[in-house]
Amino acid sequence: MAKYTLSINGQKVQVEAEPDTPMLWVIRDYVGLKGTKFGCGMALCGACTIHLDGQPIRACQTPISSIKRKNEITTIEGISADIDHVVQRAWIEEQAPQCGYCQSGQIMSAVALLKAIPKPTDADIDTYMSGNLCRCGTYNRIRKAIHRAAAALQTESNK
Amino acid sequence: MSNNQKSNIQRRDFLKFTGLSATAFILGIPSVKSGEPALISNLSNLEDAFNLNPYVLIEKTGKITLFNTKPEMGQGTFQSIPALIAEELELSPGQYTVQQTGGEKRFGPLQFSGGSYSVRSSYQELRKVGASAREMLLTAAARQWNVLESECYAQDAKIFHRTSGKSLGYGDLVETASKLEAPQNPRLKDPADFKMLGKSVQRADVPLKVSGRAVFGIDVEVPGMVYASVERCPVFGGALKGFDKKLTLKVAGVEQVVEVVREYGTYKSTGVAVVANNYWAALKGRKVLKVEWDLKGNEKFNSNDYAQQLRELAKTEGLVDHASGDFDKVYAETGQKLEALYETPFVSHSPLEAMNCTAHWKDEKTLEVWVSTQVPGDAMETLRGRYGLKEENVTIYTCFNGGGFGRRLALDFILEATDLAKTIKKPVKILWTREDDTQQGPFRPLTFSALKGALSSDGKLVAFQHKVISPTVSAFLEPERDKSKPDGTMTEGISSQAYEIPHLKNLFVLADVHFPLGYWRAVTSTTLAFAHECFIDELAHQAGKDPLQFRMDMLTKDSDTRRVLEKLREVSHWDTPLPKGRGRGIAQWDFFAGLAGHVVEVSKTSENAVKIDKVYVVIDLGTVVNPDNVKSQVEGAVVMGITAATKNGITFANGKVEQSNFHDNPILRMSEMPQVEVHILAEGGEKIKGVGEPGLPPVAPALANAIFAATGKRIRKLPFDPEAL
Ligand code: FES
Ligand code: FES
Repeated sequence: MAKYTLSINGQKVQVEAEPDTPMLWVIRDYVGLKGTKFGCGMALCGACTIHLDGQPIRACQTPISSIKRKNEITTIEGISADIDHVVQRAWIEEQAPQCGYCQSGQIMSAVALLKAIPKPTDADIDTYMSGNLCRCGTYNRIRKAIHRAAAALQTESNK
Repeated sequence: MSNNQKSNIQRRDFLKFTGLSATAFILGIPSVKSGEPALISNLSNLEDAFNLNPYVLIEKTGKITLFNTKPEMGQGTFQSIPALIAEELELSPGQYTVQQTGGEKRFGPLQFSGGSYSVRSSYQELRKVGASAREMLLTAAARQWNVLESECYAQDAKIFHRTSGKSLGYGDLVETASKLEAPQNPRLKDPADFKMLGKSVQRADVPLKVSGRAVFGIDVEVPGMVYASVERCPVFGGALKGFDKKLTLKVAGVEQVVEVVREYGTYKSTGVAVVANNYWAALKGRKVLKVEWDLKGNEKFNSNDYAQQLRELAKTEGLVDHASGDFDKVYAETGQKLEALYETPFVSHSPLEAMNCTAHWKDEKTLEVWVSTQVPGDAMETLRGRYGLKEENVTIYTCFNGGGFGRRLALDFILEATDLAKTIKKPVKILWTREDDTQQGPFRPLTFSALKGALSSDGKLVAFQHKVISPTVSAFLEPERDKSKPDGTMTEGISSQAYEIPHLKNLFVLADVHFPLGYWRAVTSTTLAFAHECFIDELAHQAGKDPLQFRMDMLTKDSDTRRVLEKLREVSHWDTPLPKGRGRGIAQWDFFAGLAGHVVEVSKTSENAVKIDKVYVVIDLGTVVNPDNVKSQVEGAVVMGITAATKNGITFANGKVEQSNFHDNPILRMSEMPQVEVHILAEGGEKIKGVGEPGLPPVAPALANAIFAATGKRIRKLPFDPEAL
């Protein structure tokens, strides 16, 4: 067991865990944030996607020991307090989720995509989002929601 | 943050009613006095809450809760089912919250999601429930104002007096209303006045699901809870000989290692549970656990031999499922005939939330269960019977299902957890790994189809035979089934087909199976439609006819299938030829869940490869509750259908499943998505058909038929790789 100080969604959290414990379980079961999901445990599905200093990573393949004190972790709970992030709003407009289980990961990937490429093409979306699986098959709505969010960002920045 | 999450979960405790009589509410209409206040523990303000019937709970503060008996697994019942009540009760979407039921008797026998059945089975009854409650509130208001009921009307959670304009909120009226007799035959609204039904209303679960707030079974935490991961025999039919837990117990966090039985119908196998104070420790402990299995010869089982066995069985006569005319004679006498064998694989359900269940024995006779399940009603019955518990001593908290697809119709993962919690005397969450989920079944059954067809000299299909060779879901779920009769669940759709063919003879040949099979979205229709509708295409080609017209010629004027095909012809621009190198295929399927038809367009990307460009779907519903949600369901069914047609199935070598996770049991990705365009036929009226499943069966045959049109290659086996034909 070792002690770690993590910064998650802007808050400092103390966690005592085995060094090899994946961040997925740290976030879910030690910190108690359940929005980050377990889907495969092998970096194959994207359900556990979180941001490490703004970059999307798979929490199931990230041991707590690899996280530095200065690293900022963002989970789905951290992207907005009132479900009003531009990506969330677009997701609601398109009624993208079905069962919803993959959607935290999808949204975390989409938020990172729009940061990297504010006006993504379909090909960009294919590249960026293809690591996020959805068994319910919501891909076309996710694609539309990303375009919608990109357009909303554009309008905001033109204001 | 975590406190919020936890208190959300604990709020679910407010399901605990104790004051209501448990009389069955057949058809959802209360048959007991509904006057007692609901006694609910934990939330004190609910002392001022009253039921107008089991489904409608109104607090004096005006807060309204509607109860939903159909678990939400992505299909939209969290919106569509309560909306049936809310429409008649004159509530707008923001004016009520929805509470999932947990198998309590007062909510009746239909507490499940499956068979594309939810809306169909509730449409009339739940509207009556809402209308009955509305009338009680109207009566209460009229009495209070001392006016005629006919001068009052309900709107936006209030009763208004027409002439004076005065109004009272439902919260002000509920106590009085709850003491009235519930009307059994309330007046239903004219569909022309619907504000929600038939409209694309946004789903209340969506904001929860885009913010990580939706509580799935996997998210539940109970004070004092431990976690478990179970090692189960990798070869079906094997038995536990013994295990060495020394190394496992050395893993920090591991508390104990105990046996636990998995039961799937009559299939039973003992596994070894590693119990730990955190899940990662349970997984690590499981990795170093040494288990010895007696495989009992089952290690010899493999997919190739099994397929060969089915091919041999295909040559046997089989049991007659349906016969009309004289197939044997006409087939023998007709000159132009065709025969083909179609093959399909076992597939996994793979909902993204792997199986899990949290169970807590509060004392020897009191059980609480938190689970993502499609069948809270069945779970309640089974748990009560299994442990001899009183109804009020079992509580099931039905969580959002992270996908179901039929996998969560089964109770195996629930019983495993309740048994383990009993053994270790602690609340426990068992969570399956993706590998467990992929390898342990139940799987969708495979079917092989031996088809024969004879064409008259003018190219009409005069004799047709579809012989199904397959194991059955009933093997472990209904072992008492009479095997001298065909299993109707394995021949669904083929004998009730809409095509008018004078001489028909459909047959069934039963194959053995020693591992769990289960219902899967649209079940056998997903494989039978592939064989049936591809073979129809082969016959059309043989007859030199257009595949759509060939089908139309076999349909009567008033056939629903005909209307679907006509609409498909229009929306898919069927009569406009595609450029060379592109092709389109058509298929339809009508079965217990409903009816849909698809046109798929593909284009050749090289000699042996195609890309799926577009899928057009027409789904026949009669009455639709939420068109946007129907489209969403059908889009999803198309994705699942393409995955099942073109990705790996489940195969066996040395008795073991060869696939384990999404790298070798892949599902379709964003980059592989075609466009999907959905059209709904809904003329209103009495007819109402299912939504969740019908979008799936036509996918594989329409795709294979499109590939034939584009490349001349006929596909008779699933799965196939569109990029390596
Ligand atoms: S759970 Fe991490 S990628 Fe699937
Ligand atoms: S919405 Fe169910 S897995 Fe994506």
